[in-house]
Amino acid sequence: MRAVRMDDLAFTDAAIAACILAVDGCAIGGLSVRSRSGPGRDEFVALVRRLMPPDTSIRRLPLNIADDRLLGGLDLTATLQARRPVMQRGLLAEVSGGLLIAPMAERLPRSLAARLTGVLDTGEVTVERDGFGATADAQIAVLALDEGIDDEERPPQALLDRLAIHIDFAGMNWQSFEQPFSTEQIEAARRTMTSVHASEEIARALCGVAAELGVMPMRASIMAIKVARIHAALAGRLDVKEADVIVAARLVLVPRATKLPADEPEETDEPEPQRAEESQGNVSEPETDDAEPQDSGPLADMVLEAIAAAIPAGLLDKLKTTMTIRAQAANSGRAGAQRNAALRGRPVGARRGEIKTGVRMHLVETLRAAAPWQPLRHRQAGVDKKRVELRREDYRIIRFKHRSETATIFVVDASGSSAMHRLAEAKGAIELLLADCYIRRDQVAMISFRGKVAELILPPTRSLARAKRTLAALPGGGGTPLASAIDAGLSLADGLRRKGIFPTLVFLTDGRANVGRETSANRARAQDDAYLAARLCRASRLSTLVVDTSPQPGPAAERLATEIGGRYLPLPYADAHAISGAIRRVTPGSQ
Amino acid sequence: MKPVFPFSAIVGQEEMKLAILIAAVDAGIGGVLVFGDRGTGKSTAVRALASLLPPMKVVSGCRYHCDPAGNGARCSECQERGKLKELTTNLAPVPVVDMPLGVTEDRVVGALDLERALAQGVKAFEPGLLARAHRGFLYIDEVNLLEDHLVDLLLDVAASGENVVEREGLSVRHPARFVLVGTGNPEEGELRPQLLDRFGLSVEVATPTDIEARIEVVRRRDEFEHDADAFMHKWHKQDAKLRRRIVAARARLASVAVPNKAREHAAKLCMGLGTDGLRGELTLIRAARAVASLDNDAEVGLPHLRKVATSALRHRLRRDPLDEAGSTIRVDRAVAGMFGA
Repeated sequence: MRAVRMDDLAFTDAAIAACILAVDGCAIGGLSVRSRSGPGRDEFVALVRRLMPPDTSIRRLPLNIADDRLLGGLDLTATLQARRPVMQRGLLAEVSGGLLIAPMAERLPRSLAARLTGVLDTGEVTVERDGFGATADAQIAVLALDEGIDDEERPPQALLDRLAIHIDFAGMNWQSFEQPFSTEQIEAARRTMTSVHASEEIARALCGVAAELGVMPMRASIMAIKVARIHAALAGRLDVKEADVIVAARLVLVPRATKLPADEPEETDEPEPQRAEESQGNVSEPETDDAEPQDSGPLADMVLEAIAAAIPAGLLDKLKTTMTIRAQAANSGRAGAQRNAALRGRPVGARRGEIKTGVRMHLVETLRAAAPWQPLRHRQAGVDKKRVELRREDYRIIRFKHRSETATIFVVDASGSSAMHRLAEAKGAIELLLADCYIRRDQVAMISFRGKVAELILPPTRSLARAKRTLAALPGGGGTPLASAIDAGLSLADGLRRKGIFPTLVFLTDGRANVGRETSANRARAQDDAYLAARLCRASRLSTLVVDTSPQPGPAAERLATEIGGRYLPLPYADAHAISGAIRRVTPGSQ
Repeated sequence: MKPVFPFSAIVGQEEMKLAILIAAVDAGIGGVLVFGDRGTGKSTAVRALASLLPPMKVVSGCRYHCDPAGNGARCSECQERGKLKELTTNLAPVPVVDMPLGVTEDRVVGALDLERALAQGVKAFEPGLLARAHRGFLYIDEVNLLEDHLVDLLLDVAASGENVVEREGLSVRHPARFVLVGTGNPEEGELRPQLLDRFGLSVEVATPTDIEARIEVVRRRDEFEHDADAFMHKWHKQDAKLRRRIVAARARLASVAVPNKAREHAAKLCMGLGTDGLRGELTLIRAARAVASLDNDAEVGLPHLRKVATSALRHRLRRDPLDEAGSTIRVDRAVAGMFGA
């Protein structure tokens, strides 16, 4: 049975990945493991720990780590004791040569990921903080534990890019791991890996496979070759052979696949090929199916055949449906995340202030402020010259920048009734709003609903070009599944709120539902479902705006606005600017 | 020292490499912005630059590595000392300063030297990254993730060539002329439009789609990581050749003539595209002159303008925030229309 084989293969591969990581984690950046937390995953992490050299430092990376602990900075206690600035090393420098485990990697903030990727790229950590400037070795490997469930819940792409091997345990039956290589083999591989030879044919084959699978980033191919090399060393070879290429392709390239081999290129949301064509002009013919086999050689074909079993059966379906939201998403666990979202922020400098609860003193700035006055104060007070005289006016506290990032979610009715009348106008209004969002550096997301389902056609992004493309390509026609649309908007808004972003929901609809939750076409039932969903939405106290797109502004949309607890605005004729003003009024923190 | 991937071994990405070379020839170009896909050699190119550039003459012992030749641009310390006696000089590598994320403002602009202040009661200035980058390059990876107030500050200093510090009772000013190089990925968020046009050149990079180019990238990278020494040795000659080209181009730069016809063309192009202000035109001419100098040509001609027009103008078009994707095409079209396809 295919399903069983798939699972077997995944677990064998995971064990191989752990061995490769143990040989030289720094060379391959690390692993990303997608799985819910549980004993199975713990077993995998334990395997990784066991395989690493005995004296390796293995540390966990807390999500809320501050820069002074991550990169290094002032050591408070030592500074106070020594009465001069004393620096402490950061976590990244401390773990150098070892492994950094990042649990809940799907919630890793972008800024933290950027610091990690910088270190992964250079193998060094540079600190310029609190009056110190230093560079320390930080050759690290990262084990990212991705607990995301939805397709949007993923570790930052920049980080995933640098971790060679991606393992996905989601939805698999846990089995125990068998160690594919002995500890002696791993130790031997550490010594021999630098003398493993990889011929040009190998690079050619891996690039060919990458092209066939639609893996565009160059890093993937570069890392695949490293993985092949290490695998060869593990198997006791000094030449990279076909078997190594197959393993590398399975571990590195298959998880990044965006299309099936020898298939018509699937539509993906990656803009690269297009853009490349634009900027490179006629330099090269973009990959065509008939040109490749002769380009990448027979080895690539062989590898493709061999990895066919590793390509998840549902890959194609998954690619097609990644963007579809399940209409009834779970709606729980909100309170905790929301509470700290309002209190947290990023430290941005210091300001004069009182030391009281709820603020943090900025020691360096406080001492700096006090320093010029020391001789004067010593003379005045006639006190011990060794003491630093601090006065109230010297106190400096850390200024936190309140993260008032906002996102606007457009829920666009593209059903037949709307499309007939005013979809084009609604698009025009959205374009104006997009321009507004751009100025405010808002994120935008777009959900369209028509036929039977609501679809997330644009995940939250700041890329306006992408938003515009999506909008232009939005087709119309079909029923009006308003209830699903509200559910989808709410669940997306909820997810954003958990990340500390303030969402605003903008519905563009005529408010006349005719497809209910059970996708029945009973009009009255559908309308009831919609109002029920709307009340649920109101309970979550989001700021919402309902723009009535019906030809004559009618009671249906107005009632929807009341139920949803939002503002109602009939789409004015030929004056899209009015909407733009209206949204500004409902968006918190935009003044 | 960790080995750095050689500049000349970077496959393709001609527009980016040219922009960096232009900045190396004429530091006054106003910075380079490189935006594009992940893993396209953005950071590699900038880091390779440091070992490519020929060393420069500096005043010995100067904290800001002042130029012994340029009298006006010297720091106040060198000016004082220069009055008393002849300054000694030595050669130093051109700084390529990497600005790490998480940097604090005091380290960027410089601040009161805390240790000396506390221990000796002396008010002394401790120079920051801006001082270190003087006469060199300041590199910001992920420029769109940097705190806004820091970006503002950097652009201001880069434009004025002087760092003015007024904090903690200090009042210090020192020269800080550097080429700002910022890289970023547009998917991570876009840069504020006000900042965009303060960069002289703007380059877009994309993942190569040509399979042969891709194989070459992977092959070279693998070779480099496998045996860096042998790889460096192999490319040493190419890098040296490029270095000589930069040195020659710098020497020639002042004597490259800009005929009126070239100015006219530049003006027409900018007018046709409706770029804001004069900065686009000036940058265009300046970049074209650097290219002419690199190509060992006596005067600026159409081919030079054409080569740099896209980089110099694509980020200066009157902004319709929604027309982002089209700006490169708009410039290309205008260039083709003017100079003939």
